[in-house]
Amino acid sequence: MLTHIRPAVMMVVVMTVLTGLAYPLAMTGIAQALFPDQANGSLVIQGGHVVGSRLIGQDFTAAKYFHGRPSATSAPDPNDASKTVAAPYNAANSSGSNLGPTSKALVDRVSADIARLRADNPEAVRAVMPIPGDLVTASGSGLDPDISPAAALFQVPRIARVRGLPEAEVRALVERLAKGALFGLYGEPRVNVLALNLALDHAAGG
Amino acid sequence: MTVNGWAQIALYSALIVALTRPLGGYLTRVMQGERTFLTPVLRPLERAVYAVCGVDERAEQGWAGYAVGMLAFKAACFLALYLLLRVQDLLPFNPAGQAAVGPDLAYNTAVSFLTNTNWQSYGGETTMSNLVQMAGLTVQNFLSAAAGIAIAVAFVRGFARRSASSIGNYWVDLTRLTLYVLLPVSILVALFFVWQGVPQTLGGFIDATTLQGAHQSIAIGPVASQEAIKMLGTNGGGFFNANSAHPFENPTALANLVQMLCIFSLGAALTNMFGRMVGQEKQGWAVFAAMGLLFLVGTAVLYNAESQANPALVAAGMDPAMGNMEGKEVRFGIAASALFATITTDASCGAVNAMHDSFMPLGGMVPMVNIMLGEIIYGGVGSGLYGFLLFAIIAVFVAGLMVGRTPEYLGKKIEAREVKMTMLAVLCLPLVILGFTALAVVLPVGTGALANAGPHGFSEALYAYTSAAGNNGSAFAGLSANVPFWNTTLGIAMMVGRFFVIIPALAIAGSLAAKKTVPASSGTFPTDGGLFAGLVIGVILIVGGLTFFPALALGPVVEHLAMHAGTLF
Repeated sequence: MLTHIRPAVMMVVVMTVLTGLAYPLAMTGIAQALFPDQANGSLVIQGGHVVGSRLIGQDFTAAKYFHGRPSATSAPDPNDASKTVAAPYNAANSSGSNLGPTSKALVDRVSADIARLRADNPEAVRAVMPIPGDLVTASGSGLDPDISPAAALFQVPRIARVRGLPEAEVRALVERLAKGALFGLYGEPRVNVLALNLALDHAAGG
Repeated sequence: MTVNGWAQIALYSALIVALTRPLGGYLTRVMQGERTFLTPVLRPLERAVYAVCGVDERAEQGWAGYAVGMLAFKAACFLALYLLLRVQDLLPFNPAGQAAVGPDLAYNTAVSFLTNTNWQSYGGETTMSNLVQMAGLTVQNFLSAAAGIAIAVAFVRGFARRSASSIGNYWVDLTRLTLYVLLPVSILVALFFVWQGVPQTLGGFIDATTLQGAHQSIAIGPVASQEAIKMLGTNGGGFFNANSAHPFENPTALANLVQMLCIFSLGAALTNMFGRMVGQEKQGWAVFAAMGLLFLVGTAVLYNAESQANPALVAAGMDPAMGNMEGKEVRFGIAASALFATITTDASCGAVNAMHDSFMPLGGMVPMVNIMLGEIIYGGVGSGLYGFLLFAIIAVFVAGLMVGRTPEYLGKKIEAREVKMTMLAVLCLPLVILGFTALAVVLPVGTGALANAGPHGFSEALYAYTSAAGNNGSAFAGLSANVPFWNTTLGIAMMVGRFFVIIPALAIAGSLAAKKTVPASSGTFPTDGGLFAGLVIGVILIVGGLTFFPALALGPVVEHLAMHAGTLF
């Protein structure tokens, strides 16, 4: 037994230095040199300010912006640290809803979201567009940066009305920014919500 | 289900088949101490490790020495990680100012990472400093993976050796696996992940002002270096709470494909190493095929279940076309989420790119069944192979009983000692899973942690102990497990699930190594063909089915029926 103690302890020490310090620090150095944009979070910078990350969704609620998916993230309650309050797209505490398929809370939440979507998008309702599944279900991370093209097209008439743009122009924007599968195989059709909204603001700002 | 979805699954399977032989050959050379293309670079480092640790690389150990070395090492790992967690607030590389981790969570986390489980009662970005993520968790990701493969190699040596008294040197196996296999591949994979968008920085948070003028604090850190070994070592513990669903851990469909390849590649390659070491590659392919069949069946069931939309949501007005998207990410969709969930629970990885808690009832049952069967479908690195070979021993024993001959496997007579040890290893899993689940659902402190009501709540408890005992680490994550009762019992389940399988496995390895090899005769049951593969699958399904069906009936099966009857909880 005693003969095992030295290798056991020293192996932990040596491997901590190798795999716990040398490896991650070397990777940090190489990553910062080769891929500084990605290594620092794929940030979007406008006018010297960080407005977010291309990979992290934001909580869009204004009618003039495309909205992302429901987000189940939370934050500590400022009044009682032992409780949490809803805080959509809290990128400091990623989380899904973890509601099961027979959960009443899930059905109530989705029903409320469907009612809100119908009220906000009367043109889509008149055009009998179905409610896209991803637009009423919470993502796994609570930070999903994407929506399906169907979910974007559902919102096009609203955006066009609020911004006073022709519908065709907004639809063309969605089609331009939509991404398909890599090599036609890997990945689902999607469109990045922050990219869409940046493009809308850019068009509006001239 | 779509053609594109099936094409993704088919291409993934083809890539795993293609990787198995080259990687298996490399593993064999490394584990037999032969020269590889990395030897000129790594051999001096390897020698330095032995010198510092006082290891004589030529001295081999018997099974008991190997097991004691493993236990001493695990004790040292536990103390190092526990201590680091308890004092992280006093140490550097803590840009977010995380507080010290409490005793029950530190115990649970230390056990979890050294047993290759990576169950996380905490959310990474809200709990752990960068120093803990690197020098604590990443280190254990490497070492628990290397330790698992070492046990599998020692087990295979039991079959490969004749009249031998030793099964290898634990320290040499551990060192060579870390230096020659895990570290080089992790370096390549980590850089690939950064290219795809995974952050790698020593910073803690980024403050952004969103387009709508709100403040968004974005957690960041040395993610890529941990992500690589998390997948390759079938560890599965995420840097962030949302694990591989988080866009910073798994930003693209291509990164997702590489993550899935990392999970299975070493487990699949080990079947080939097994074949090579016992002198007949075909023996390895028979194991590979049996595993592959179980993998494809699980994938098909899970993919089919998740392609359906939740009928209650369709009734509320949702378009059913996208399937069950609750808890899933748009960039992965249904197919890549279903495939990932199958792979991560076939192996003992436990990383998730979609929330299993929000799967359809039968969709969530597949991961549970995969773990309950013993994670022998390619499995955790190392543990998958020795776990499968334990079932193979039962299968040849059953076949021997049927024809009235002494069972043999690979020329070794399987006798009372081997069968007893195998049963000990096989029975410990149901004991802790069913025992602790029963306890948790009758105690208020147990049920208080459940997030969902009705049968789904029962499934949360059942999944938790299944995941812990199987050293998987995935969860029905609504469960609020960060309380002393759950942290303690889950920690016990993880240790029993790890060591009460490893120690009998090593004992079998020792006793097999000591045996002579019986030459094959016309009465020998061939173990390199379809009949054998079918028989092992039968044994796996019967043992798992008889043990766990009643518990599954109370959880996912009842929930499936309730969902279609329109009952909500």
